[in-house]
Amino acid sequence: MKPVLLDVNLASVSLIFVYAAMAIYTISFLMFVFHIAQATSDKKSVRDSSSRLQRASFFVLGFGALLHGTGVTLRGISAHRVPWANMYEFSISGSFLIVLIFLTALAVKEIRVIAAFVNGFALLVLGTATTTFYVQIKTLMPALQSYWLVIHVTVAVLATAFFNIAAALAVAYLLRDWPWVTSSKSPIAVLIRRVLKAFPDSAKLERLSYRFNVVGFILWSFTLIAGAIWAERAWHRYWGWDTKEVWTFIIWTIFAGYLHANATRGWSGRRSAWLSLVGFAAILFNFTIVNLFFKGLHVYSGLK
Amino acid sequence: MSGSSSHRPSDHVDSEEITSPDIGFRGWLRWFWRQLTSMRTALFLLLLLATAAVPGSIYPQRSADPNGVTLYFSNQPDLAPWLDRFQFFDVYSSAWFSAIYILLFVSLIGCVLPRSLVHARAMVAAPPDPPKTFTRLKAKASFEGSTTTLDEAFAELKARRYRVVRDGKTVSAERGYLRETGNLVFHISLIGLLVAVAVGGGLSYSGQRVLIEGETLVNNLGSYDSFAPGTFFTKDSLTPFTLKLKKFEAVFDLQAVNVGTPTDFRASVVSRVGVNGKPKTSVIRVNEPLELPGANVYLTGNGYAPVLTFRDANGDVSFSGPVIYLPQDANYTSLGVIKVPDASPKQFGVLSFYYPTVAKLKSGALTSAFPGNVNPAITMSVYVGNLGLDNGMPTNVFSLQVHGLKQVAGGKKHPKVELTKEGQTVELPENLGTVTWDSTKRYASLDIDYNPAQLWIFLFAMLALAGLIVSLLVPRRRVWVRKISGGFEVGALAKGDDARLEQTVIDLKAKLATKVSKKVQK
Repeated sequence: MKPVLLDVNLASVSLIFVYAAMAIYTISFLMFVFHIAQATSDKKSVRDSSSRLQRASFFVLGFGALLHGTGVTLRGISAHRVPWANMYEFSISGSFLIVLIFLTALAVKEIRVIAAFVNGFALLVLGTATTTFYVQIKTLMPALQSYWLVIHVTVAVLATAFFNIAAALAVAYLLRDWPWVTSSKSPIAVLIRRVLKAFPDSAKLERLSYRFNVVGFILWSFTLIAGAIWAERAWHRYWGWDTKEVWTFIIWTIFAGYLHANATRGWSGRRSAWLSLVGFAAILFNFTIVNLFFKGLHVYSGLK
Repeated sequence: MSGSSSHRPSDHVDSEEITSPDIGFRGWLRWFWRQLTSMRTALFLLLLLATAAVPGSIYPQRSADPNGVTLYFSNQPDLAPWLDRFQFFDVYSSAWFSAIYILLFVSLIGCVLPRSLVHARAMVAAPPDPPKTFTRLKAKASFEGSTTTLDEAFAELKARRYRVVRDGKTVSAERGYLRETGNLVFHISLIGLLVAVAVGGGLSYSGQRVLIEGETLVNNLGSYDSFAPGTFFTKDSLTPFTLKLKKFEAVFDLQAVNVGTPTDFRASVVSRVGVNGKPKTSVIRVNEPLELPGANVYLTGNGYAPVLTFRDANGDVSFSGPVIYLPQDANYTSLGVIKVPDASPKQFGVLSFYYPTVAKLKSGALTSAFPGNVNPAITMSVYVGNLGLDNGMPTNVFSLQVHGLKQVAGGKKHPKVELTKEGQTVELPENLGTVTWDSTKRYASLDIDYNPAQLWIFLFAMLALAGLIVSLLVPRRRVWVRKISGGFEVGALAKGDDARLEQTVIDLKAKLATKVSKKVQK
């Protein structure tokens, strides 16, 4: 492969789009927070007007996603490849997919309330990506020149998106009957109680969280298998306990445990919700700490 | 199976509450077995396995990073032997890690075998009778029907691919047997996967060899720089072939933002399979190994091998040939070691740097600014003394123990030995003769791997994935329609998560009801 011509100017335009998306996401985030305040108000007239605000917030979020998607696409075009070859790109593409999946999944009415969480998470990821992970576009090193880069990484991001939504639902589920939240007079507890009023009941939260985790787990299994197939081609063995492989395995095992917990008396409910959060924490750990500080073959952050 | 109507997945046998076991050895044994094969134990072992895998990502592992282990030993000389005693540098083959996954698989087998029998019986059995009352069912409804309602219910459920039986008053139906089939296929495939991994590991081999342009690898044990055979490996496992590295090319990007990034590595090789095989030319790239019968050849590294000739003061050649220089950084500042035991009047060794594009740092030290061969240079530090090669002890060709040797060239205090273009000859100090840089070749590090079980591992992984998808997404559901006084009632029960349970009842009612009963239950 001859080196492709990198379009540095287009990469700058892409960054401007990402910044613009962050600005819009900030607005939609504030709108979602304000909506929760309205929807849980004691005054009926305020509550009634809240659904209009929610709809407007989704339009703003959708517009932000459009800018975000443009930024991601331009990044890919500027480098003539998929836009997820280093941590910065993986972050902007991953958070875009999370928002996209969330917007698609809005057909499930009950998950609308976690909009503020998903929106906030995407904003946080973009903030970290642009300030900490940013690197100039580069051509792909030989090890990454494979169609498995498209398959393996896309599915991993998809799985992360599903686990993320499930984790948000699990947090709400756990807060619901956390004694401090249900009984404390502290203003924060009162606020959380109020916010939780907008959420579906515990049974529904638990079930939804379970379903998103199930899809996440299937996608994660696929990520693991696809990674092994690619590793055989690129690194001459399908599995070698590289740090990233270890963590992929750990995450898989935690979620396998989560599925078993859901079928074990005394473990479904709160304990399995905690497992789901431990699993998601492992995913975040895998993406941040393992990428940046652990030695291994998956050293593609592009950071020095 | 717990007949719980909870919305939680309950398609596994819940572990039984711990009760005092029967007295006697057999009782204890049975109790132990039941505990081992329970869901709770499986859950516990899974979480334990996840935890036990963590240290392997924190401490360097001999299998993936042997140099890291050596480094750890020299940095932490007190702690390292203790960690080693508890196999923290071989986590994934350690006794404790193995114990956990072997227990997990025993538990899995103990769980899957009886469940397979139960499922086999369920596959041919009729759907079970309805519960006495539907009060505990989450999804239920009642409605008014006619004399043909049960017939319609039977036909409707049949059309929806339920297994259906009926009598005068009841229609019982069940669907989603595939859920449990998928579940069993998944777990059995995991056993198959483990066996394939074990057998494959035993039969496999992995050999490493650095080939300089023009060199040929003959596939026998003596040709490898390092070799890791499986337990069942015999010399006959090596299929006869030869592989010659004709040319190695590397492309590095020159664009300002991306300067020095490799964009392509190509090893052009000529292979011959068998004793009288025809030569075949192919290109090995990083994601494109060469597949030969009985082994795959992978490109795992590369570097420069300058061809050097040392002559003593009389002009006699004491060393001549390409020297493998190991890259030390992304710009291929490379370190080479040359040992010249046959030099006269005395033995000497050389630590040498190769800079493909030489540049000077502010400190005055040399470095390479670009990995491509743009403006190459070689520097040498020469050491005289006993190289320790004559006592028969094996030594590492890539390192020179300078302890006990006397430095005579290189560094700050000694005369420089620096070559800046091919064909150049410079003199060595202390009447050691001359060195000539004849030309520069490239080398490729190749990994020759054989694992006959790889296809099986792939197939079992795919089967497991298919089973997993089916077991998690196909709902298992029982539906009953029953005549009661004043109308009919319909109830449904899911085993495991079922997003469409309530909807099923609503649809059935809409289809069957002639009129909605007044005492509609929600």
